[in-house]
Amino acid sequence: MTATRVFTRSLRAGVRSLALHKLRSLLTTLGVLFGTSSVISMLAIGEGASYEAQEQIKQLGSQNVILRSVKPPDSPNDTNQTSRVVNYGLTRMDRERVEDTFVGIEKVVAVREIQQEVRVKNRSANPRVLATEPAYIDVTGRMVWEGRFITEEDDRSLNNVCVLSTELARYYFPLESAVGKRVKIGPDYFDVVGTVAPRMRAADDPAPAGEEVTGELFVPYQTAMRWFGEIQVKMRAGSRDMEQVELHEIIARVGRGEDVPMVAAAARTMLERFHDKRDHDLIVPLELLARAEETKRIFNIVLGSIAGISLLVGGIGIMNVMLATVTERTREIGIRRALGAKRRHIVSQFLVECVLLSVGGGALGVGLGLAIPLLVEEFADMRTIVTPAAPMIAFGISAGVGVIFGLYPAWRAAEMDPVEALRHE
Amino acid sequence: MITGTDTVAALEDVRRTYLMGSNEVHALDGVSFDIERGQYWSIMGASGSGKSTLLNLMGCLDRPTTGTYWLAGRDTGSLDDDDLSDLRSTHLGFIFQSYNLIPQLDVLENILVPIYYQDEPAPDAEDRARALADRMGLSDRLDHRPPELSGGQQQRVAISRALVNDPDLILADEATGNLDTQTATEILDLFDELSAEGKTIVFVTHEAHVAERASHILRMRDGRIEEVKVQR
Repeated sequence: MTATRVFTRSLRAGVRSLALHKLRSLLTTLGVLFGTSSVISMLAIGEGASYEAQEQIKQLGSQNVILRSVKPPDSPNDTNQTSRVVNYGLTRMDRERVEDTFVGIEKVVAVREIQQEVRVKNRSANPRVLATEPAYIDVTGRMVWEGRFITEEDDRSLNNVCVLSTELARYYFPLESAVGKRVKIGPDYFDVVGTVAPRMRAADDPAPAGEEVTGELFVPYQTAMRWFGEIQVKMRAGSRDMEQVELHEIIARVGRGEDVPMVAAAARTMLERFHDKRDHDLIVPLELLARAEETKRIFNIVLGSIAGISLLVGGIGIMNVMLATVTERTREIGIRRALGAKRRHIVSQFLVECVLLSVGGGALGVGLGLAIPLLVEEFADMRTIVTPAAPMIAFGISAGVGVIFGLYPAWRAAEMDPVEALRHE
Repeated sequence: MITGTDTVAALEDVRRTYLMGSNEVHALDGVSFDIERGQYWSIMGASGSGKSTLLNLMGCLDRPTTGTYWLAGRDTGSLDDDDLSDLRSTHLGFIFQSYNLIPQLDVLENILVPIYYQDEPAPDAEDRARALADRMGLSDRLDHRPPELSGGQQQRVAISRALVNDPDLILADEATGNLDTQTATEILDLFDELSAEGKTIVFVTHEAHVAERASHILRMRDGRIEEVKVQR
């Protein structure tokens, strides 16, 4: 009898023995089923989360060092004032320092954020109005969708031009191209000269609630200075808050990636020396990326252990049932031994059944494990990525679980005394 | 020991001692006899007389504590577990009181079980199994499972299984004990037929009329041979 025939026969015999107790076999596979599916879906969720984080970080520009103005916490002694000007944040001097003294800088771009209502006919919204320089588009790697971005000429000539992000363009001009139209920012009219692709929503941005319009509108820096000045007025119940912030963001693009840590350190030193208030924040996407990698690694270890434990529990479940099966089939073992079965025949018989159980559970688990990430994407709005290795690893482990946890029951079966086994009722 | 060329099994001063707590129990206490090819032995004795132990030893399921047991020209005392298994699958046929068929296998598969465990099975084993089933009147039951068969049919399957490897020695343990009188008679007639064809049979029974059919009747008592009666 050839090896393949022996193999197919023991496979068939195993399937038949398991089919005698369908419900029991099914229940036995559940542990491995859930173990396998949790391995796959956890890996998929982890992979998706880290991919998303990395994308967001990359969008900030892995060669950029970003300095941001942050409103410092209120000092308690001036809370009863009804009207005041709070002065904080990055200054134009900071920008010049970065540009003149930092080594390895390729480009520097300043951004001011302006609080103004934006109207087109009867449509009105409060998008982020950003006053910035032409290099912004290169430094952030955003894509011009239609028309053009702000130019040096716009900045020099104080042109009343603006660029919309596409979602904003769709809001104001749902049926036609925005380019060539006019929008009213605060009291003044601006010509739309182009649109840019939207930014991916960062994890810390609040989700747009209801009708709220998201998107950005870019105007030339000098034009904005001329029209809107430096003091922003925020109306609040019972008081007016006035803020004076020169620059909201300075983005420095580093020429070579390996210079990023050096530039980041220089920026940190500079901010500490020239700002006594904690009115600034330093964002280094490359550092975030490294941290994200580390987080992912820890995440994978945690998920891996959870999944490993569930597979372990599944394996113990199989072992438990197989031990019961061996006891229950003591007589059959005796008969087979009497008819000439060697110990290894008995071992392989029970091992085949264990592996069938665990591989069956593993196969169902792979199916479920591929379905769960789809459901998670659908209902939890999370990105998931199933790498081709994940189902294979999970399936391989489940088969291994069958072998490992089947060995002991199979050995017990093989070690039985044939005479005792035959006498067993 | 010197045995004739036609000696199938030979026991020489075989003893089997069990330890029950601190007591030694002599289940077999010096048993010697030879079985020649074609002989039909029945072994009788009260329970506890050692006849089950003797059958287990002859079936290579157990080994003597002292003494030697020769089967098919080999001294079983020098064989390991795998070799004994080989002897069982190629030289022995077992028939039990409670049939001992494997419930999840169909009739044909049950008959073929000893063949499955042979290292080099004969290529025509399956044809042999079908021919045996045909002879036992089971040819239209080949794909049935044991629980679907009557007791007599199950025992015929078991007999086919014991014959499929063309054994040197057939060991039957109370093979008619679970059957009604008529079926038992049919099965015993079948044994007579097999004996007439030259098969070597050892039949353990406690019924005198069953033992009467054998060529040799061996009576056991307290682990010893009480008498061997040669009938023909």
